[in-house]
Amino acid sequence: MASMRDIKRRKGSIQSTQQITKAMKLVSTVKLQRAKANAERSQAYFQSMFQTVNSILAKTRGLDHPYLQESESSKKAVIVMTSNRGLAGGYNSNIAKLVMNSGLEKEDLLIYAVGRKGKETLQRNGYHIEEDWSDIAEEPAYADAMQLGKVLLQKFADGEIGEIYLAYTKFKNTVSHEPTLIKLLPVEVPEENHEEKEVSEAEAIMNFEPEDEEALNMIIPKYVNSLIYGGLVESVASENGARMQAMDSATSNAEEMIGDLTLKYNRARQGSITQELTEIIAGAEAIS
Amino acid sequence: MSDIALKIITPDRIFYEGKASAVEFNTTEGEIGILPGHIPMTVIVKPGILVIEEDGQEKEAALHAGFAEILPESVTILAEIIEWPDEIDIERAEDAAERARERLRNRNDGLDVVRAETALLRAITRINVLK
Repeated sequence: MASMRDIKRRKGSIQSTQQITKAMKLVSTVKLQRAKANAERSQAYFQSMFQTVNSILAKTRGLDHPYLQESESSKKAVIVMTSNRGLAGGYNSNIAKLVMNSGLEKEDLLIYAVGRKGKETLQRNGYHIEEDWSDIAEEPAYADAMQLGKVLLQKFADGEIGEIYLAYTKFKNTVSHEPTLIKLLPVEVPEENHEEKEVSEAEAIMNFEPEDEEALNMIIPKYVNSLIYGGLVESVASENGARMQAMDSATSNAEEMIGDLTLKYNRARQGSITQELTEIIAGAEAIS
Repeated sequence: MSDIALKIITPDRIFYEGKASAVEFNTTEGEIGILPGHIPMTVIVKPGILVIEEDGQEKEAALHAGFAEILPESVTILAEIIEWPDEIDIERAEDAAERARERLRNRNDGLDVVRAETALLRAITRINVLK
């Protein structure tokens, strides 16, 4: 049996670890609330954006627009959104796994890393990191998303990359987050939708000023930017959610271990007292 | 005549939501004013002053980028950048205007004219909305 001193020392170290995990849990809870509110506020924008783009695309069928066509280049850009810090459970490795198991050829991929952890993992696995945008991972601003979007759209327009993907963690609710890989460009024109009847009359006669094609030219970049921003905001919320969960279970595991060790310590203490008593009694008997 | 349900959304907040009797702003095709019963239309925003008319009162804001979906009874503006007058830093705007003018005056080959013009337009909008 381990000595009392050993048990006590181990208990102490677990206690201080628990204090850290507890504090981290509290911090990420607060951060989560803020990130969640952010994510919810921006939801309205993306929904309208998505609807508008879809309604435009539904009407401009058969258009030869570069943003809608596969380009010659086989290179595919992937924006990989992870966190800059670890201790968030499976959050970072899930995203890395998603990219690695996506079925996209490793040689064709150009990684645009947002978040250090994902960058490091992919780098170790031999992926080519094209650019590192980790600075924007923590507090995403729309201006950052616009910049990243601009770089990618320029490369797409120049024919350097043929497809753009976005890997991020979808924030469903506080406890459930889903690693998601979506295709940003070329925009997939929604299949001839069977909900056509639901399209209201007002939408059916929508006019565009300037003309469809020109409008598309201006709206698609905004669409891409907003998806990138949405991904960033949701990723931050998911990160804090994942960290909160991880730290919560770490704290309760520590609690359990401390309970265990306390029991062991008390037993060892009782054992040593009993032993001492037996020794004293035996000694006294020997004298008398 | 009924009112328009006006909604102005930015990526990080809902900027304005309410009724308006008329809305005016600048688009790539020129300035437009919208009254209730407008034909359905989607337009691209150009930097300019947004005027919201409501109960005879006018509210102004500097609208810089985005696009708008106009329907007979509602207008939804998806704005990338929009500010109320009290959110504008006048000195910064004046500096920006000066810089943009400077760049446009001494055009060198690498100049992104469109970008400089947009920057100038934005700065002028900010200054005008404060006047």
